Amino acid sequence: MANKENVIETKNLYFAYEGNKYILKNINLQIKRGEIIAILGENGAGKTTLIKHFNGLLKPSKGEVYILGKNTKESSVAELSRHVGIVFQNPDHQIFSETVEKEIEFAMRNFGFDKSYIKERVEWALRLMGLEKYRNRSPYTLSIGERKRLTLAAVLSYDPDILILDEPTAGQDFLQKERIAEMMNLLRHRQKTVIMVTHDIEFIVNRVERIIILAKGEILYDGDKREVLTNLQLLKKARLLPPQITQIAWLLQDNNIEVPTNILYIEELLNELLHLCKKVGLDESARRIQV
Amino acid sequence: MENIVELENVYFRYSGSDEYALENITFKARRGEYILITGPSGCGKSTLTRVLNGLIPNFYEGELKGKIKVAGLDVRETPAYIMAKHVGTVFQDPENQLFLSTVEREIAFGLENLGFPRGEMRKKVENILKMFGLQELRNRAPFELSGGQQQKVAIASIIALQPEILILDEPTANLDPLSAEEVLSLVDKLVKELSMLAIVIEHRLEIALKYSTRMIIMDKGKIIADGNPREVILKDEAKRVGIPKVVEVYRRLSLEGVRLRSVPLSPSEFVTFFLEEVMSNGK
Repeated sequence: MANKENVIETKNLYFAYEGNKYILKNINLQIKRGEIIAILGENGAGKTTLIKHFNGLLKPSKGEVYILGKNTKESSVAELSRHVGIVFQNPDHQIFSETVEKEIEFAMRNFGFDKSYIKERVEWALRLMGLEKYRNRSPYTLSIGERKRLTLAAVLSYDPDILILDEPTAGQDFLQKERIAEMMNLLRHRQKTVIMVTHDIEFIVNRVERIIILAKGEILYDGDKREVLTNLQLLKKARLLPPQITQIAWLLQDNNIEVPTNILYIEELLNELLHLCKKVGLDESARRIQV
Repeated sequence: MENIVELENVYFRYSGSDEYALENITFKARRGEYILITGPSGCGKSTLTRVLNGLIPNFYEGELKGKIKVAGLDVRETPAYIMAKHVGTVFQDPENQLFLSTVEREIAFGLENLGFPRGEMRKKVENILKMFGLQELRNRAPFELSGGQQQKVAIASIIALQPEILILDEPTANLDPLSAEEVLSLVDKLVKELSMLAIVIEHRLEIALKYSTRMIIMDKGKIIADGNPREVILKDEAKRVGIPKVVEVYRRLSLEGVRLRSVPLSPSEFVTFFLEEVMSNGK
């Protein structure tokens, strides 16, 4: 039986396409309501294959997946997608409507939502993702970054409990990333469960609490953000790099400068650096030169 | 060295649009430069690369004005297949670029088209597979690879042709951080060894900045900053494109009165500059 507290649970999940090697091996995960999680791992580690199990697009070859307590083997994709919204890496795999507006409406119509409610939600989602001016355009005339935001808007509009975002920040410029960050804050306040697959280490430093690392189809590590992002050996194994701030701390340490190596944020690093400067009297002399 | 790209007062407007996608662009570049172009979505970066590789006006219709010379050729008078010999382009979405049944054939395709003899071609393909760590995937179909692996294959198949000008439109968008580093440092190597001109469009400055010899920021169809990356990244214009954390640390330190000798573009540069400063003042 699945644990009721977990919105997503996998038990000894194995997956292979027919006759092939296992792409996922012995995945055991428990994800609670309201958690904000990043899944990291090198290209081809099995990240996208894993999240396809969360809305029943793929069913395990061995083992079980429970979504909101229900075994995915006993539920349809249509049923599951009411609760689990997935935004895929390539927006063109999920866009098919004539206009931006219709694309957003589509799922809500399918779920039988009330007309006036649909209208309201479409407006909300267009605004949230900065797509108002494109409402009547064909999705195919948008840039890839805009199409990606369109698929985000379409999923957000019907308000699923669980959101799964595959590389949401890929190809987004700085301002659009800020927009996506804002959206994640909103989801956090609303106690949604958010799982993002990403390579964007700098983006997740401030946005997630828990990190799952996949390597060659297995869970290499599942734990607290700071634990993961400051563990150089672990990151290396998964072909990842620590955030720039953490890299600086490690490099200072390599040069025999005493700095804690579990630093993640700019303020933490600045404190250490200024402390070092004070020790050698640099801050005073430097100020004098400036004056 | 002489310019391999010369654009002077170039304007472009896509047909059906009232606004110029490029407005009064003057842009000159030489071989051996590694130029990072960045700017908000819709600022004209991709349009600019389409002028350089001749997709404008060969495939995209519209009004094109101004002086254009790319590898000595005017794109308006040169068919796309000739431009392609000089300018290699890796597009944003690798899936649209890959169409053959195996990774190996994908990489061989361009070489075949350019008429390389079989033996030489084999050697080149082998080298490229190794360079990109794609040996294990050689017999796989591109469409069954992950997004990041596809991107590597797309870049590999263009680099195999060794064009004089290499354009990469968000090459690392789907790559894991180490693969992104590998790809961009490989481009850096090609620029230095073969004296290519690389033009890289990127939003991920924390990865791309340190290789660049020149940085351009575009906005609303115009070039709003162009120069040494260490200077451009401190301008107000750069705030709109997101400043990497190392540069932020540099700025915050200088506000506290600690001035490093130069703007660091990577964590290791930062540490070098910082230690110099601390050591020289500490004694």
